[in-house]
Amino acid sequence: MSSKTAVLKERIIKQVLTVFAFSSILFLFLIFAFILVEGLPLFYKAGVNSIIFGMKWAPTKGFFGIFPMIVSSFLVTFGALIIGAPLGLGCAVYLAEYAGKRQKMFLKPALELLAGIPSVVYGFLGVLYIVPFIRNFVGGSGFSLLATSIVLGVMILPTVISISYDALMSVPRSYREGALAMGSTKWQTTWRVVIPSGKSGILASCILGMGRAVGETMAVIMVAGNALKIPGSVLDPLRTLTSNIALELSYASGDHRMGLFSTGVVLLSIIMVLNYFANVVIRRKVIK
Amino acid sequence: MRVNPRFTDALVRHFLNLQAYFTVGLLVVIVFIIFIKGISNCSLSFMLTYPEDMGRHGGIFPAIMGTVFLAALSIVFATPLGLGTAIYLTEYTRESRLTTIIRFGVESLAGIPSIIYGLFGFIFFVIKLGMGWSLLSGALTMTIMILPTIIRTSEEAIKAVPRNLRIVSHSLGATKWETTVKVVLPSAAPGILTGIMLSIGRAVGETAAVIFTMGSSLRLPASLMDSGRTMAVHFYILAREGISMEKAYATALVLVVSILAINILAYYTMNRVIAKYS
Amino acid sequence: MNVKIRTEKLTVRFGNNEALKGVDLDVCKNSITGFMGPAGSGKSTLISLINRMIDFEDGVRIEGGLSIDGEDILGTSVDVVGLRRRVGTVFAVPLPLPRSIFENIAYGPRLKGINKKSDLDDIVEESLKKAVLWSEVCDRLHVSALKLSGGQQQRLCLARTLALRPEIILLDEPCSGLDPISTAKIEEALNELKKDYTIILVSNNTKQIARACDFAAFFYMGTLVEFDQTEKIFTNPRVKQTEDYIQGKFG
Ligand SMILES: Nc1ncnc2c1ncn2[C@@H]1O[C@H](COP(=O)(O)OP(=O)(O)O)[C@@H](O)[C@H]1O
Ligand SMILES: [Mg+2]
Repeated sequence: MSSKTAVLKERIIKQVLTVFAFSSILFLFLIFAFILVEGLPLFYKAGVNSIIFGMKWAPTKGFFGIFPMIVSSFLVTFGALIIGAPLGLGCAVYLAEYAGKRQKMFLKPALELLAGIPSVVYGFLGVLYIVPFIRNFVGGSGFSLLATSIVLGVMILPTVISISYDALMSVPRSYREGALAMGSTKWQTTWRVVIPSGKSGILASCILGMGRAVGETMAVIMVAGNALKIPGSVLDPLRTLTSNIALELSYASGDHRMGLFSTGVVLLSIIMVLNYFANVVIRRKVIK
Repeated sequence: MRVNPRFTDALVRHFLNLQAYFTVGLLVVIVFIIFIKGISNCSLSFMLTYPEDMGRHGGIFPAIMGTVFLAALSIVFATPLGLGTAIYLTEYTRESRLTTIIRFGVESLAGIPSIIYGLFGFIFFVIKLGMGWSLLSGALTMTIMILPTIIRTSEEAIKAVPRNLRIVSHSLGATKWETTVKVVLPSAAPGILTGIMLSIGRAVGETAAVIFTMGSSLRLPASLMDSGRTMAVHFYILAREGISMEKAYATALVLVVSILAINILAYYTMNRVIAKYS
Repeated sequence: MNVKIRTEKLTVRFGNNEALKGVDLDVCKNSITGFMGPAGSGKSTLISLINRMIDFEDGVRIEGGLSIDGEDILGTSVDVVGLRRRVGTVFAVPLPLPRSIFENIAYGPRLKGINKKSDLDDIVEESLKKAVLWSEVCDRLHVSALKLSGGQQQRLCLARTLALRPEIILLDEPCSGLDPISTAKIEEALNELKKDYTIILVSNNTKQIARACDFAAFFYMGTLVEFDQTEKIFTNPRVKQTEDYIQGKFG
């Protein structure tokens, strides 16, 4: 090959790769553009307040209130956090600080496999085991905030574990050795030195876990009961933003479909805010 | 009363240990239930025959093929794009505002929930581009969804290749592209493969993004423009519409076993790389 | 005297750090020229200009001229990839590619488009023989190159360079990590090779320069202090600094 064609070939390759690299930005743009274009007009037509703070969702009759769903999405997210975060952090601390090498080689992949189980399977087992359990031993129909929180709590475990584990592992060894040398027990060292040093990563893991929970759909549809009001107790059924979209998208048309995209706009905004916070928290650590 | 710190230490250790094993226990229980309840209805003929009566009887052959087609197509689309992006970021440019923007795009895509991908794929591919509920719509949606995974894992694998190998290759008169293809990518291959396998796992297990783009036809898709059903979607419909719990469990078994197998394979491929460089 | 490489007032800066200061040097065809001098004196920098590997460094500023056979090689329009096929390099640490012995050596020729098995066989054998490695590896060419000893790996790197059929071979402290026997073998190979190639050997072992080189250049803090036939440099240096260095008083 002559050198001129070789140079030309290199240049073309670089250009192609540049285009490839920009595809992610392009896709992100397209996703935002299409969801906004479909979802925003209704905010003008029906009014921002009557959508975001509206209590009634009857899209075929012109009611597009999704306030109960927004509240429900937040409720299940916090419920998931209450159940999943302590367990996940405990696992991460155990893995990072206590587990021996061989134990880790077994535990780490096993915990990561939890992330591979499809959401529908979580939802299915939730319906067949958790919902009846709540119905029989706690009360209500079983399809409830409680059931959803439990299922989501398990589903966010892999996110919480892996990110906070990384955060703990990035705490320098010397910190631990210093504390241990002063006569602290393992737990005193972990609690007073390691966890405070890794706290921004731990916080980020919880925020990203919330992102996971607020975005989860199929499992939630199956166990939440999908009722259109703000739950009065943990035993009441509820409908999240995600389930609202998934339940009705296949048959909606016209304004109804637009209402689902408006729901998507709200969901996307919540997700972007959570991602932004996770990023800020992580970056703050890097700068320090 | 002051508690003895050694006593606390031992207590905490046991408590954390319990948490870790409890969590692993969850995985074991999930797999165990699916296995026990699914195995009696799961046979080779279940996997190789067509469903009858909405799936109440018969097997899941079209759903298995639908899953394979969807996963294969998305990988075929996403790998060149993702690998190309990773190569661009690591080999062809320096950290700059531009790469920050690209990375922002990748991170944001990774954080978007699957139902949003479903919404987008539905309005963009199915409706606006007129592809309808089809294998192609589903695969293109999945492509975007798995792109961040492929980019991140490939980038990490490529970054782990020692710089000296590149220097040697250049000193022997290789161009940047020749160096990338002949030296960098072969060394990074296991890591890249891990990313691809994790992505396959995601495509196999996904429901929300697939059901609104690929549809849920029970027929075996004969072309890219045909609708089809993946195992995950089939399982969801069986369970949600209460068509057949036996068939649902059996489908879940096939689904979960395939995903676990893919993920375990991915994990061991990754470990081989780590062992190689440390 | 037949000049192969010529530098004219060659100055290189990394940021504010002057790595080479106005170097004027003529390297002769079919000879071995030794570069010596304490660490940081600019030897590697000069090497990386000749093969343009300096392109991979950031913030470099170059002034002055550098030519091979009278042709400038520093300009932006120079075919760098072609240049690197004419100028082979052996680095301080042996850097085999993670593939077989055979494929390591065939790497360069394949890039040039030589793909016929019989041609490659010939090139591999010839290169290994010239690098004094053939007898040790001829029965296991398809074993991973990483399995060879350090000394063998370095000779493999020399063979790999020879397989490019270059005009110039640059060796940047190739023996720094090797045992005396491997070092002797490399010197033996170089002595044979100078008939056909122009060789530059960087070494901070002055004895090696004295043994192996026809010409010797002494660098100190980016300046070419003295350059002459090896014999003259070692028996009757013009500059006091050179004498001190050779006698091991510093560096
Ligand atoms: N990539 C680089 N960036 C900054 N300074 C460099 C770089 N490479 C070499 N230098 C500087 O240039 C000078 C010459 O270095 P070098 O050519 O490696 O010397 P030698 O090979 O004789 O030991 C040294 O002061 C060194 O610090
Ligand atoms: Mg040097």
